[in-house]
Amino acid sequence: MKPRVAFFDFTGCEGCQLEVLNFNLEIVDLIGAVDIVEFREASSDHSEEYDIAFIEGSQTTQKDVERVQKIREKAGILVALGACSCTGGVNALKNRFPMEENLKVVYGDAAKYYTTIPTRPTSAYVKVDVHLHGCPPNRNEVISLVKCLLTGKKFELCHNPVCVECKLAENVCAFERGEFCLGPVTRGGCNAVCVTAGRKCWGCRAPVDEPNINSEKELLAKYGLTVDDVLNQFKLFNGALEVSK
Amino acid sequence: MTTKEVNFTVHHVARIEGHGNIIVNAKDGKIEECKWEVPESPRFFESMLRGLSYSDVNFIAPRICGICAVAHANASITAVEAAFGVKPTEQYSLLRDTLFDAETFTSHVLHTYFLVAPDFFNVGSVIPLAATHTDVVLRALRLKKFGNDWADILCGRKTHPISQVAGGFVKLPTVEQLKWIKDKLEGEVMQDMAITVDLFKTLKFPDFTRETEYIALTKPDEYAFILGMIGSSDCKPVPINDYLSMTNEFCVPQSTAKWTKHLRESYQVGALARFNVNHDKLHPKAKKVAQELGLKAPCHNPYFISVAQLVETMHTVENSIMVLDKLLSKGIKPEKPEVKVKAGRGVGAVEAPRGILFHDYTFDDDGKCIAANIIIPTNENHNSIQHDFNKLLPEIIDKPQDEIKKLMEMLVRAYDPCVSCSTHMLEVKFK
Repeated sequence: MKPRVAFFDFTGCEGCQLEVLNFNLEIVDLIGAVDIVEFREASSDHSEEYDIAFIEGSQTTQKDVERVQKIREKAGILVALGACSCTGGVNALKNRFPMEENLKVVYGDAAKYYTTIPTRPTSAYVKVDVHLHGCPPNRNEVISLVKCLLTGKKFELCHNPVCVECKLAENVCAFERGEFCLGPVTRGGCNAVCVTAGRKCWGCRAPVDEPNINSEKELLAKYGLTVDDVLNQFKLFNGALEVSK
Repeated sequence: MTTKEVNFTVHHVARIEGHGNIIVNAKDGKIEECKWEVPESPRFFESMLRGLSYSDVNFIAPRICGICAVAHANASITAVEAAFGVKPTEQYSLLRDTLFDAETFTSHVLHTYFLVAPDFFNVGSVIPLAATHTDVVLRALRLKKFGNDWADILCGRKTHPISQVAGGFVKLPTVEQLKWIKDKLEGEVMQDMAITVDLFKTLKFPDFTRETEYIALTKPDEYAFILGMIGSSDCKPVPINDYLSMTNEFCVPQSTAKWTKHLRESYQVGALARFNVNHDKLHPKAKKVAQELGLKAPCHNPYFISVAQLVETMHTVENSIMVLDKLLSKGIKPEKPEVKVKAGRGVGAVEAPRGILFHDYTFDDDGKCIAANIIIPTNENHNSIQHDFNKLLPEIIDKPQDEIKKLMEMLVRAYDPCVSCSTHMLEVKFK
């Protein structure tokens, strides 16, 4: 039997699901190899039976938490798809303020009708088997994960920092252009797309497992920056992650 | 007189971006409940943006929506440019125009082919069509892939854009890349569009009308997508800075999204509103498509929003061929985007694929955001959807439940709602 794949969206922009639709022509082949049983953004067919569950977005209400726990019970493999599910992503920016304040700023006097809980990664609520990082995740990484799942091969996340891919792309270093780049300490796998497009790395793929701390410290010293500056900058996409110095 | 009960809930309506529910409850033809619910989890962007630098605001704001990230980026960037008094160069304006065309083109292709078309083939999604209507699906994928490539060339990545900042693009496309886009538009895309128009001629749209107010950006000499004035079918255009006098947001208990109204009980935004307000400024081929598909202004049938989208898709193709001609005739000059940060407030506005979108920011002396207000098109349409329901349901209440459900879902889908912006939607609940 073909593996049954389900996509579930929580709080987020649905750009991750869109990136899956953006496989374009490859999607036709992939669709032949799996059975997509739940993909609300693109399909009104749905089913309660599935083997692989992709979780997109953050769980930001108690109902969301219960829903993801139910999905975990049924799914053989649970994949956190994209930054909001992996680390809380931009949704965690609200954690900088008390929840009552967030409600008041957006809804004013009607705040009492609504609730929200601080953003946490999906792994804070259920066991996550695979993290596909990024805002948005990299299409090729998603495809390679699905291929691994189909063939029973072990899926390996990229263990290089973005910096490695950036050098391969022959980019001028963003620091040289006066930017404060998180490329040296952020997990690669994105082909350094942001630096290649003329900007810097914002760290949306979360910190790499074993950053080269000495070289980062030298770099920071050279540009007059501190470890706290790095941690602060990381908060844009990783505000719900505990990162140790 | 019927003696049947119609009770259903479509929970999380599919093939829309975000979550929405339709609740219908009727007995013996008497409607007890008919509700459009928007239960999306709020995201608090207006609160979250506080304290961020203007450039981080511009980078984060597109994350409001994966489908129309380029529209949010441009609403956000035009707001910052208004706050800091940046005047775009001609080259920047032209590049921005063709990037925005790519956004409208891709989103409309996605919506008409992937989200709307399955209803007409009586299938749940585009997936079964891959086997039965392979040519249709391959054409849809081809058009969408081209739209993505087109945007990727200009902004680095369509979801989420990278290269555009306040004042311009940090990375410029090459002349060869622009030529590639233009060749594609004039060749393959034009051919695929002609076949798409023929396909649309075979679709029968439900017969339903409700006259309402239509609101869209407007300019004297072009079909407006970026800035201009706020136009309405019911009154003279007003400046963008006065947007609050048009939107008049209010909260309703059935929705986490805020609803809006202006001169009537509700107003509509999006492709049909733009068409109704600005149809005389469409390019010739787009006008011809409208004529061939029987779309005439003013059109009060919301199911025709999808037709208006197709007309606009053709308009973006024609428009970008002209824009690219202008860019290519002058060559691409190196330009470095520059802004002078100052305290103040700026309002940006664009026509996102789904309708008029406002970003309004206030910055301190250091360019840190101290207040943000964002009004998204889908929220402006919720009230219109509810009022359409109120008129539609009594007209179709004698039909079988499944048909009622489908017509109501199709109506919601026609609006192309994109509820993740602040809320999700689409489930029809028949209780």
